[in-house]
Amino acid sequence: MDRLLNVLTVTSGLLLLLVLVSVRRAHIRVEYSVSWLLAAAALLVLSRSRGMLEAAAHKLGLSYPPLVLLIVIGGVFLLMFYRFSVILSKLRDDNIALAQRLAILEYHLQSLREGRRNA
Amino acid sequence: MSPGKDSLLIIVPAYNEEGAVGGVVRSIRAVMAGTPVLVIDDCSIDATQEVARHAGARVLPLPHHLGLGGCVQAGYKLAFELGYQYVIRVDGDGQHDAGDIPRMFEALRTSGCEMVIGSRFVGENGWRAGVIRALGIRFFRMVLRPILGKPVRDPTSGFVGVNRAALQVFSKSFPLEYPEIEALVVLQRKRFRFQEIPCKMHPRRTGRSSITAYRSIYYIVHVLLGVFVNVLKFDQRTRRPGKPENP
Repeated sequence: MDRLLNVLTVTSGLLLLLVLVSVRRAHIRVEYSVSWLLAAAALLVLSRSRGMLEAAAHKLGLSYPPLVLLIVIGGVFLLMFYRFSVILSKLRDDNIALAQRLAILEYHLQSLREGRRNA
Repeated sequence: MSPGKDSLLIIVPAYNEEGAVGGVVRSIRAVMAGTPVLVIDDCSIDATQEVARHAGARVLPLPHHLGLGGCVQAGYKLAFELGYQYVIRVDGDGQHDAGDIPRMFEALRTSGCEMVIGSRFVGENGWRAGVIRALGIRFFRMVLRPILGKPVRDPTSGFVGVNRAALQVFSKSFPLEYPEIEALVVLQRKRFRFQEIPCKMHPRRTGRSSITAYRSIYYIVHVLLGVFVNVLKFDQRTRRPGKPENP
């Protein structure tokens, strides 16, 4: 159990570091880094709080406390995937509307040019 | 293009249709002389735009590939902005017969329906669907019957005409992938009416259908989900007073 918790501590530390570096290099926008940072911090705290894990496992009826951590990770990632799906859908809608608007504006511009040429 | 009363725009969505789109535009212009034809080029990588222009069409070039729904909606948006009263969509692959356009236009103007569908299954036109396609169409007829409150013979037809009221709705809300079936449900949400008229259907002039055997499964799931979501959006407040629901 200790070895698994140690691995999770290192993993969450690396995740924190990776996200912070990505934000600093502008690979991830700040608003999208918040979920990752919160998830990594929660993972770090839980993996170092044996008492909290054991209490939570007892409440959930789990005999193996690190399972609580895995359930938390799964839940957090599901929520994040959902959030990203919402963001992606909005981006796609905006992208289509922008492409259509651009095409229509180009069409109007072309018509104006032709009108001027014919005048 | 300066639209007036009873103004009609014919839109032709096209993606890599250089082999067919010229003939489509010419056949439309032969039947509907003086009616503007707008080819919406969904970012083709061939000479679709040049061929369409050469045949006498105006071209609305999309900056990147949007898929059929996004492409058709761009045409609807432009037509609405320019003030057209009616729009008829003819596919760029040459399967629709331009000779049917005058009857469709007449039905649009006189029937009071917001949408007119060129149907392959009303009357006898000699067109036979493949087994899988025929089963799919039959399935969607059954699904749509209770939703629309009346039977629709050809729910997957891309040969459709709409009036300005439908144009306004579609400018704001139009399904982006495989739009034909979902568009019917969008119209029903607004308590709009449709009519089917018999139309001829030709084999494709060039190219292949985008709906392959594998994609047909995705198509069915996608369209079913789209229909379901649109049914969830049904809103009684959009019912128009004094207008029959389904004549």
